[in-house]
Amino acid sequence: MASILPKSRVLLPRHGVVSQVRQATTLGIAQSRATPKTPTKYGGVYSVTLIPGDGVGKEITQSVEEIFEHVNVPVEFERFDISGDTSQDAALFKQSMDSLKRNKVGLKGILYTPVERSGHTSWNVAMRQQLDIYASLVLCKSVPGFPTRHRDVDFAIIRENTEGEYSGLEHQSFPGVVESLKIMTRAKSERIARFAFDFAIKNNRKTVTCVHKANIMKLGDGLFLNTCRKVAEEYKDSGIKFNDLIVDNCSMQAVNRPQQFDVLVMPNLYGSIISNIGAALVGGPGIVPGANIGREYALFEPGCRHVARDIEGQDVANPAAMILSSTMMLRHLGLDHHANQIASAVYKVIADGKVKTPDMGGKDHTSDFTFAVIKALA
Amino acid sequence: MFSLRRQAASATRAFTSSARQAYAQPAPTAPAFVGNKTGGNFNVTLIPGDGIGPEISESIKAIFSTAKVPISWEEVDVTPTIVDGVSTIPADAIASIKKNTVALKGPLATPIGKGHVSLNLTLRRTFNLYANVRPCRSIEGYKTPYDGVDSVIIRENTEGEYSGIEHEIVDGVVQSIKLITHQASERVARYAFEYASKNGRPHVTAVHKAPIMKMSDGMFLRACRELAAEYPEVKYDEDLLDRVCLRIVQNPAPYADRVMVMPNLYGDILSDMCAGLIGGLGLTPSGNIGRDASIFEAVHGSAPDIAGKGFANPTALLLSGIMMLRHMGLMEHAAKIESAALTTIAEGKFITRDLGGKASTSEYTEEILKRLRA
Repeated sequence: MASILPKSRVLLPRHGVVSQVRQATTLGIAQSRATPKTPTKYGGVYSVTLIPGDGVGKEITQSVEEIFEHVNVPVEFERFDISGDTSQDAALFKQSMDSLKRNKVGLKGILYTPVERSGHTSWNVAMRQQLDIYASLVLCKSVPGFPTRHRDVDFAIIRENTEGEYSGLEHQSFPGVVESLKIMTRAKSERIARFAFDFAIKNNRKTVTCVHKANIMKLGDGLFLNTCRKVAEEYKDSGIKFNDLIVDNCSMQAVNRPQQFDVLVMPNLYGSIISNIGAALVGGPGIVPGANIGREYALFEPGCRHVARDIEGQDVANPAAMILSSTMMLRHLGLDHHANQIASAVYKVIADGKVKTPDMGGKDHTSDFTFAVIKALA
Repeated sequence: MFSLRRQAASATRAFTSSARQAYAQPAPTAPAFVGNKTGGNFNVTLIPGDGIGPEISESIKAIFSTAKVPISWEEVDVTPTIVDGVSTIPADAIASIKKNTVALKGPLATPIGKGHVSLNLTLRRTFNLYANVRPCRSIEGYKTPYDGVDSVIIRENTEGEYSGIEHEIVDGVVQSIKLITHQASERVARYAFEYASKNGRPHVTAVHKAPIMKMSDGMFLRACRELAAEYPEVKYDEDLLDRVCLRIVQNPAPYADRVMVMPNLYGDILSDMCAGLIGGLGLTPSGNIGRDASIFEAVHGSAPDIAGKGFANPTALLLSGIMMLRHMGLMEHAAKIESAALTTIAEGKFITRDLGGKASTSEYTEEILKRLRA
């Protein structure tokens, strides 16, 4: 079986990494740069594409901008105020894609996608497909100071981001009969499986679980599962355990005993479902950071992709997910010092429990939270 | 405002209001239940199933006979045989279900081997079981992190992602087809609206992923909207799959007023997730409503590891049986048995090991019988 990635990418655990305390955003800590070429950097300042997105996006990215300014992070944002409400922003969307291709690194909120058939296809999905940012990473971890129904939840969801049910290939073969194609390929299954194992090794995780529905979709999900099994065979020496779980059982286990999960790898649609369940377990979309990683580009966005129209413009969204996503981005850029500084300030504010946005059971505003983080940084 | 709405709804439906929390109701899309009677009793096909199936079926038979439910069981075996390379259910089993139009089924183990397709799939195709109804309600006496769960999920059961149409285009590239037809979408939507109006949950939410799958899920939504126009007394809205997953797990209570209807895969995942909220598949009933027959079943596995040891929990099959009685219009019997079973669990003295008790299947059954005799 031909490998997609060169063998050298298979890194073995490094001594010293093992004993490290795991934080919620360790992506960049021991992860080798996902981009073979370095991001664009002028005069010591990194250029990063910023797409605030719809809904609460503007408010939570503003939070990030204020914090970055306060810490004097050497990042300059190229900002694109795109909205998915109409198709009129298509030109601006294209510009933002050019910017992303130039900068190789981006931070984004979520763009709205219309339900109507006449509306444009999802730009969120288009970005992932065009940039080939194939791995979506979502970290679901219980945060001290934010009590939920479950304790000690700590798992990572790695989701194939570019094919599967989101292929966008649909046709009406006869009036009233629609076929929607789910495409699964060995090549893309293999690279996501490798990503999952590499991630597990570098982040001192123990088990990789493949989530699938191969009992029904014997060929499609069967290919995914078998490819994961083969990759697991190659990683046997690393000591990472491998098992698999049917997606309906996985969602049932997730609300029962989420502590059993470590690293979950799955096709596109299941990822969307499980990441939402996972987010709900640890406190909601306001707290779960995420990233989309490809070979050349990396795009950071909150892990639980909600536009949150209902609380838009009220200054009540929890910016923690976006701030933590931005710290993942800083680690990706090699700015670990700034990342650690900001991340620990965010955790401190949450642990202190003095400033709480409504989703955490408080009454404070987004700007209050931002201010508290800035104060904790000082 | 909501409670007013609910009161008004129940006032206009005084006849059905007592069954508001009921598990299933007949609907015109299911053939109006006529049944097949011998000597005043309805004939019902019983498929005891594999593994723990026979022991939990015995328990249900004992409970139903003590409650004097007017049914006669016709026990059949559905172990498939391979005929012309296709796994086939014995003809007498099919004939029995066809004749009686209603069946209760224990867990089945799909035989492993070439040519065998899942038995559930075979049954589904044979009897056109188009809607899967999965209610999940918090069981008093079995504490989980979630309180006040009372969800009803109605899942399209014949097509969608589980159409089974797949092929490998070239080596390493597989195409699985999600098939959505207007006819099947309309059929399940109609059942959902009927169920909603008959069960005092006058609110239907269609769960979809139409921003991504604009044509397929879009057509499912279109069918639901058309039906919504036919049922002006039922509130209708739509919600994204992502958001529903998130919201139910954050707080299941707001979903207690509605019926959720969705395509096959979403329903499969969401119904198991809701079962997880109340403690697993051992406590959830399931009904498959079909054109030619309706089959009620326990959706948990056949648990071969504990088979024959006498401590399996028959609750899921019992609740499915209760759902079946309501489908058959035997409301009083259903209510009587339901209250006997739920109070037994709530009291917690005679509950099975999976619920944290020590009772055997027969001790648990005996306690329910005692309450029924009282």
